[in-house]
Amino acid sequence: MEAVSNVTGRAIPMDRSNVDTDQIIPAKYLKRIERTGYGPFAFEAWRKDPDFVLNNADYDGAAIMLAKHNFGSGSSREHAVWAIEGLGVRALIAPSFADIFRNNCFQGGILTVELPEEDVDELMRRATDDPTTEIEIDLETQTVRAAEWERTFEIDPFRKYRLQRGLDDISMTLEYDADVAAFEAQRSPLFPTTSR
Amino acid sequence: MTAPKTLAEKIWDAHVVDSPLADAARRAALGDDADDGVPTDLLYIDLHLVHEVTSPQAFEGLRLAGNSVRRPDLTLATIDHNVPTIGRDLPNPDPLSAQQIEVMRKNAEEFGIPLYDVFDMRQGIVHVIGPEQGITQPGMTIVCGDSHTSTHGAFGALAFGIGTSEVEHVLATQTMRQVRPRTMSVEVTGELGPGVMAKDVILAIINEIGVDGGVGHVIEYRGEVIRNLSMEGRMTVCNMSIEGGARAGLVAPDETTFAYMQGRRHVPQGEDWDRALEYWRSLPTDEGATFDKEVVLDGANIPPFVTWGTNPGQSVTVNDAIPHPDSFDEPTKREAAERALEYQALEAGTPIRDIPIDRVFLGSCTNGRIEDLRSAASVIQGKRVADSVSAMVVPGSGLVKMQAEQEGLDQVFLDAGFEWRDAGCSMCLGMNPDILAPGERCASTSNRNFEGRQGPGGRTHLVSPAMAAAAAIAGHFVDVREVI
Repeated sequence: MEAVSNVTGRAIPMDRSNVDTDQIIPAKYLKRIERTGYGPFAFEAWRKDPDFVLNNADYDGAAIMLAKHNFGSGSSREHAVWAIEGLGVRALIAPSFADIFRNNCFQGGILTVELPEEDVDELMRRATDDPTTEIEIDLETQTVRAAEWERTFEIDPFRKYRLQRGLDDISMTLEYDADVAAFEAQRSPLFPTTSR
Repeated sequence: MTAPKTLAEKIWDAHVVDSPLADAARRAALGDDADDGVPTDLLYIDLHLVHEVTSPQAFEGLRLAGNSVRRPDLTLATIDHNVPTIGRDLPNPDPLSAQQIEVMRKNAEEFGIPLYDVFDMRQGIVHVIGPEQGITQPGMTIVCGDSHTSTHGAFGALAFGIGTSEVEHVLATQTMRQVRPRTMSVEVTGELGPGVMAKDVILAIINEIGVDGGVGHVIEYRGEVIRNLSMEGRMTVCNMSIEGGARAGLVAPDETTFAYMQGRRHVPQGEDWDRALEYWRSLPTDEGATFDKEVVLDGANIPPFVTWGTNPGQSVTVNDAIPHPDSFDEPTKREAAERALEYQALEAGTPIRDIPIDRVFLGSCTNGRIEDLRSAASVIQGKRVADSVSAMVVPGSGLVKMQAEQEGLDQVFLDAGFEWRDAGCSMCLGMNPDILAPGERCASTSNRNFEGRQGPGGRTHLVSPAMAAAAAIAGHFVDVREVI
């Protein structure tokens, strides 16, 4: 995973609440066995509406997506993150995210920033009124800026630590091999195995 | 004396391999980094369920990194999302599905993971087969690359849905890094009326707490109504925890749990059974333990529910009408209602009973178990599916199908004009040939009514199996309490 320090760029105002992962990437594309190539299918059904925000060329290649409450709800499909990443988005800002989606973003090095609803609404207004609006997210200082406008955000320190260093979760955990083995040694033999 | 704990906290604490911030020496050694440290716990995972859709990239990741599967004996794979529910002996009509299934087989073989393949009697939806085989047990941590993993919480297990990167992590390490969840109690008091099912209970709960009411929380379902539910009913309730935004949902194990488990293949026998019972009986939430959030519903006031919108919280009772968007105070809910009505081609004020349906889907990890099939069969016995409706039953597993056939339920469904299919996820999610045509309206026992969930342009109404059966006969929604 690449280290993340800050994300700066234009922002797509995805002005809908409870956007579910079936909208982000429809199930029929989950048959693919690759990790990349999902961008063209992102929000496929909604893109059929010419007024849908992703059909506005002004937002092409935007690095940030602004969203509403409970973004990424529903299915655990990490393909949703891969699809958003395929659009070129490196960070999302919303009042809240669905838990599994947020975990998946973290795994892929996509930054999720939670801000109060009125702050997201303000950014949404600016990005809608002027699609060239630049937003900067600075991970070190946990700050979101748009021109003179500035807010700080909370982030789980473990996530921040890992994102800043681009650390791979699995390699980190494998260093705890002895702890895992010790745990296994005292684990109840009554727990089932699948192999018998 | 230790502080009283909830069921979820007991299971969590018993599975922590490493919690760095609790370790003063290591904190000190980390220096400045300790403050940026690792407040997430490393949890040991007792059971990892795998299916063909969310695992290929994880296995590929293992190969690229040169990692192996740490505990294939705590891992179980099946094939459920992609399989056609008819014509299994024919080549899969979709080459991509066929490839994904083949990749699952190769990965299971290469890494030594037991696989319930398509022609194995034990094959079925991943959340049906675990409990059925007795592999799902109280006090376990269970994960699967599937959001409905919460189903297993019905046994008093802590069960999370995870993404593909986390699947790879669990395969490689048998552990997972997770932030400690908050706890939430949802208590359903009193007694359910006749014709009201577990599905109605969970739809009522989601209606009450909202689709994000459980975000960051593990829900423990409590109260008389939950205690009186069968294991199948508890699985239905826990299954849809994610639809209320929760990370997991569980029910304390009790005599109902133990009676369901006893004698199943992977359950301890003899003296081991007694020792296991002792552990399981220690799990329920202690007297005096507190939850971060508490909700109480009166079971006597829960009627059959029908969703009208495009998220599982947009529901009303069967005798209500479609709500007017203006009836929602919050602007986001109003906008969501407007969009949902447009997608669903419904008008505010229309009585639910006046909505005609084209299709009925009875199945899924929510409602594809034997009790679900029995309740639907009892409603349709001796009746015929309306001419305008096409209806299908998809048992949750090969063994559910076999049991239903032994009980003669298949004949009841066939006589009524239902199709009787093979086990799989089927029309719950549009990854196999079972999909709605654009514009078709379906009374479905599945878990999600999202736009296009059952096929692009399809319109879904979530209901209980009994309500779906009654709608199949009438051609529109009816209050099942009036026909039983």
